[in-house]
Amino acid sequence: MGTLPEPFAAWFAGRGWTPRAHQIALWRAAEAGRSALLVAPTGGGKTLAGFLPSLMDLAARPRPGLHTLYVSPLKALAVDIARNLMAPVDDLSLPIRIETRTGDTPQNRRTRQREDPPNILLTTPESLLLLLANPEASEFFAGLGAVVVDEIHALAGSKRGDQLALGLARLGRLAPAARRVGLSATVAHPEPLRAFLSPSGDPADVRLVQVRGGAAPQLSVQLPEGRLPWGGHMGLASAPDIYRRIREAEVTIVFVNTRAQAELVFQALWRLNDAVLPIALHHGSLTVEQRRKVEAAMSDGKLRAVVATASLDLGIDWGAVDQVIQVGAPKGVARLLQRVGRANHRMDEPSQAVLVPANRFEVIECTAAIQAVRHEELDGDPPRPGGLDVLAQHLLAMACAGPFHPDDLFAEVTRAAPYAALTRRDFDDTLRFVEDGGYALRVYERFRKLFRDAEGLVHVRDQRVARQLRMNLGTIVETPMVKVRLRGGPVLGEVEEWFVSTLEPGDNFMFAGQALRFEALDAMSAVVSRGGECELRVPTYAGARLPLSTWLAARVREILHDPRKWRLLPDPVRDWLRLQQKRSALPDRDGLLVETFPRGGRWFMVAYCFEGRLAHQTLGMLVTKRMERMGYAPIGYLATDYVIATWSAFEPAEVEPLFEEDILGEDLEEWMAESSMLRRTFRNIATIAGLIEKNHPGQEKSGRQMTMNSDLIYDVLRKHEPDHVLLRATRQEAAGGLTDVARIGLVLARAKGRIRHMRLDRVSPLAVPALIEEGREWVAGGAEDALLAEAAALVDDVTDGDEVFAGLLADVTEGVRVRAGVVDKPRHKRPDKPRYNRFVRSAPKSVTGA
Amino acid sequence: MTPAPLHVAGERLMLDPAGLLAWPARKTLVVGDLHLEKGSHFAQGGRMVPPYDTRETLHKLQLALRRWRPARLVALGDSFHDAGGSGRMAAEDAALLHRLLAGIEMVWVLGNHDPVPPTGLPGTAVEELQDGKLVFRHEARRGPVKPTEISGHFHPKATMPTRCGGVTRPCFIADAWRVMLPAFGAYTGGLDAGDPAIAGLFPRGARVFLLGSDRCYSMPVAPGRAKRPAAGNEAAGTAAG
Repeated sequence: MGTLPEPFAAWFAGRGWTPRAHQIALWRAAEAGRSALLVAPTGGGKTLAGFLPSLMDLAARPRPGLHTLYVSPLKALAVDIARNLMAPVDDLSLPIRIETRTGDTPQNRRTRQREDPPNILLTTPESLLLLLANPEASEFFAGLGAVVVDEIHALAGSKRGDQLALGLARLGRLAPAARRVGLSATVAHPEPLRAFLSPSGDPADVRLVQVRGGAAPQLSVQLPEGRLPWGGHMGLASAPDIYRRIREAEVTIVFVNTRAQAELVFQALWRLNDAVLPIALHHGSLTVEQRRKVEAAMSDGKLRAVVATASLDLGIDWGAVDQVIQVGAPKGVARLLQRVGRANHRMDEPSQAVLVPANRFEVIECTAAIQAVRHEELDGDPPRPGGLDVLAQHLLAMACAGPFHPDDLFAEVTRAAPYAALTRRDFDDTLRFVEDGGYALRVYERFRKLFRDAEGLVHVRDQRVARQLRMNLGTIVETPMVKVRLRGGPVLGEVEEWFVSTLEPGDNFMFAGQALRFEALDAMSAVVSRGGECELRVPTYAGARLPLSTWLAARVREILHDPRKWRLLPDPVRDWLRLQQKRSALPDRDGLLVETFPRGGRWFMVAYCFEGRLAHQTLGMLVTKRMERMGYAPIGYLATDYVIATWSAFEPAEVEPLFEEDILGEDLEEWMAESSMLRRTFRNIATIAGLIEKNHPGQEKSGRQMTMNSDLIYDVLRKHEPDHVLLRATRQEAAGGLTDVARIGLVLARAKGRIRHMRLDRVSPLAVPALIEEGREWVAGGAEDALLAEAAALVDDVTDGDEVFAGLLADVTEGVRVRAGVVDKPRHKRPDKPRYNRFVRSAPKSVTGA
Repeated sequence: MTPAPLHVAGERLMLDPAGLLAWPARKTLVVGDLHLEKGSHFAQGGRMVPPYDTRETLHKLQLALRRWRPARLVALGDSFHDAGGSGRMAAEDAALLHRLLAGIEMVWVLGNHDPVPPTGLPGTAVEELQDGKLVFRHEARRGPVKPTEISGHFHPKATMPTRCGGVTRPCFIADAWRVMLPAFGAYTGGLDAGDPAIAGLFPRGARVFLLGSDRCYSMPVAPGRAKRPAAGNEAAGTAAG
């Protein structure tokens, strides 16, 4: 322990605080000029610990110019931290100027900041790169003393993290003396984070300060009073219980897993809200203003509860929250702890949280998660190499900052941990891609964006290129969104374009906590009016999000295998497992249970492998390829942590050959290249690398703007230049979502001769939860043509070859239930209508912020 | 490849599953929006998309020409993505196109993307071509047409419901008065046949022919609402691509 220098010691004492050990440790590290990583649970005064050394330095030696740069993944967090930092600065009348700079910062303030930088600047990775792309960056950052990276665990390992790492590498050149401070929630593996933060890429250069434990969180499972649902992910059956708990607590955060679920739970709570408790809604598709309103109401203590998605996982400290309710299975132990930590933001008191499983399978998952928390098992992904698409964006940005020599820049970027293993070939190819596309067919010479001078320095061609970069910078690729606007009123938020395309004028849907009637689509937005009494649809966000991995497969498998462990489970779940035993079979320890059954016009096969999502992803590719060869016409598959499910046009009559070891010999390359997984990966990479536009100078962005379909580009490039750097990047990234084939070999060897094939006439109890997971993959192959032929023949049968141009087809297909049990999906036009909703009551405006 | 026969205006036309229309009686092959040099058009604007689209489109065209051996090839406009497109062709691509057109009467119907005749290429450029009971133009005319009209422009695609969900493909659309061709170019997307811009042209319903890997799949579609298309609708038709 130690004491802080004055006036800080007095300021702490004045608030009744004593400096914590980690706050002292970070100060000592700063005194020694060392970088440091602080790993601590939520509520440990982490942010103050990160800033104290800077405040002390500036208090002792006041000076103009940028001293400390703070980077956080959330704009809101930067704004919030700025507010919190003002407290000591104002109290002690320190001569320190603190400002934020994000995408929302007005242009005139940005200009002023560049001319006269504040002492402490709070920003996001994207805004940092924009600053670095500026020709005056070297003067701006020359005097920098410290970089603080908040929520570093949420950044490292993502593409935004790659971008930040490259930005840090550039800062390492502009301000070599600046020390770095990383702030992280409790993680399983701090080493990769140390490497990420390190100026040299070597973790040893970063001092690790770890805060253990705090009190263990108290977790419990809440089952609905009535019947426990079989399937469904929404958890609406538990709404009365959730509402009761909200009434009993002071302030509650109700965490859910998806935005659609947030809308539904919010609506369900308001239907019960006879006491008119202030309950609000918070998710990523609402407008920024609305979210800020809700956040402000929360910190002013005006709310009793807020229903939130991951949009509230990070950051802002509300102190007063005394209860966290997690609806649906907690996806991942680390995420669960992060969410639970939002309650009772004080380290020494245990956090209270309630898990509300939405279906019977989730009860098992929740039970497994609670066990894992008790045993302090954390999950997390191993680090992966940095993306070449992000590198491409960075190279262009660096060229905009000033001419560079490729050798120097290569040395610089390989000091960033994610790019430590970058080969010179990949670097050069990426640079060539930025210059003129880097194609073997050199026809874009005239259009090149970069050129090299006689000394080999790389220059940017003109200001137009720089402008284009600024408009497209960033690594977050969104699916096309359409704004939702009340007629003659404000914008409520955004929904995905495909969802709007399935709406007819007069259709009703639920959004921003209100029942809305779709009126028309104008150039920029979907115009809606309030109202809508029945048949409410809920926008889902299909996007391209990967499903969350739970990492609990092993624990779930143990519980299932061992009926003695069933005593941990509530009665309805035990009954459900017994029913599975009766209807089909339970997966056993040594064999492989495979079920096949027809459903919604096609054949499903569910294999209970319990090998984790990555292994199942690969296995899905292999198995569907074999199905294609056997003529079952596979359409798609789904890999969860527990099972792999496939669906096909025809019955997979024989399942043993699908799991024989020789499926490893299938020629997968072509099959994979055609898959939705690779196409999606390519789309993201092509967008980030700047091949497909997000924004384009001089072009109006409209609802249906001139965009080039990435699938078409992918097909052409694959055929004519299969070794192009973007395709290499695509394969590399997709491979990160697969597991190596050797491991699959072991699974198959184990299953050999022990496959238990249950032929069922309908879905089994255990298969229900799997079939409603997100993250479906489509496979190429003959299935589409087979189905078209069938449908065309059917039409001919019914119309008797007659040219009757009427709605005959609708009559034919009316009886065909398409994809039953699945919520809205973009591939078919009119999904199942959701249930009739007679008692919808919209939340008052003050609560939805509308 | 099994083409689908279609009888309009007393003529027998063949719908090739590759997306072309053949008129055997007149030894004529008709191809919709080629959008050649769309890649280099984007590269001009700083998007270095792969420059292989022209080659890809021409290869596909080459196969079709071998299948049908026509005496005349009619391109229904938007053959180049912009007016300068023909000048930007890589030497190899231009040579290939010259080889393909050798000994064939080439007719370039002009479109909105390429309102001027291509430079340095054989063939004649026309606003529209009338031959017997058929007229070939880029964009379908609203209202009743006579004679029967063959057009492109909209890049139609359609979704056929099957027992496993809808399957979407580029398609031909035909009624007794007009035939609309799908776009042929490698970088061309599509506009749904149910979009008012297309459906309004077929007030009595139509039959769509979805392109399959070796044949077309047809179904009737209900009459469209003949709504006035929204402003900027033309852009939507081609832009999807």
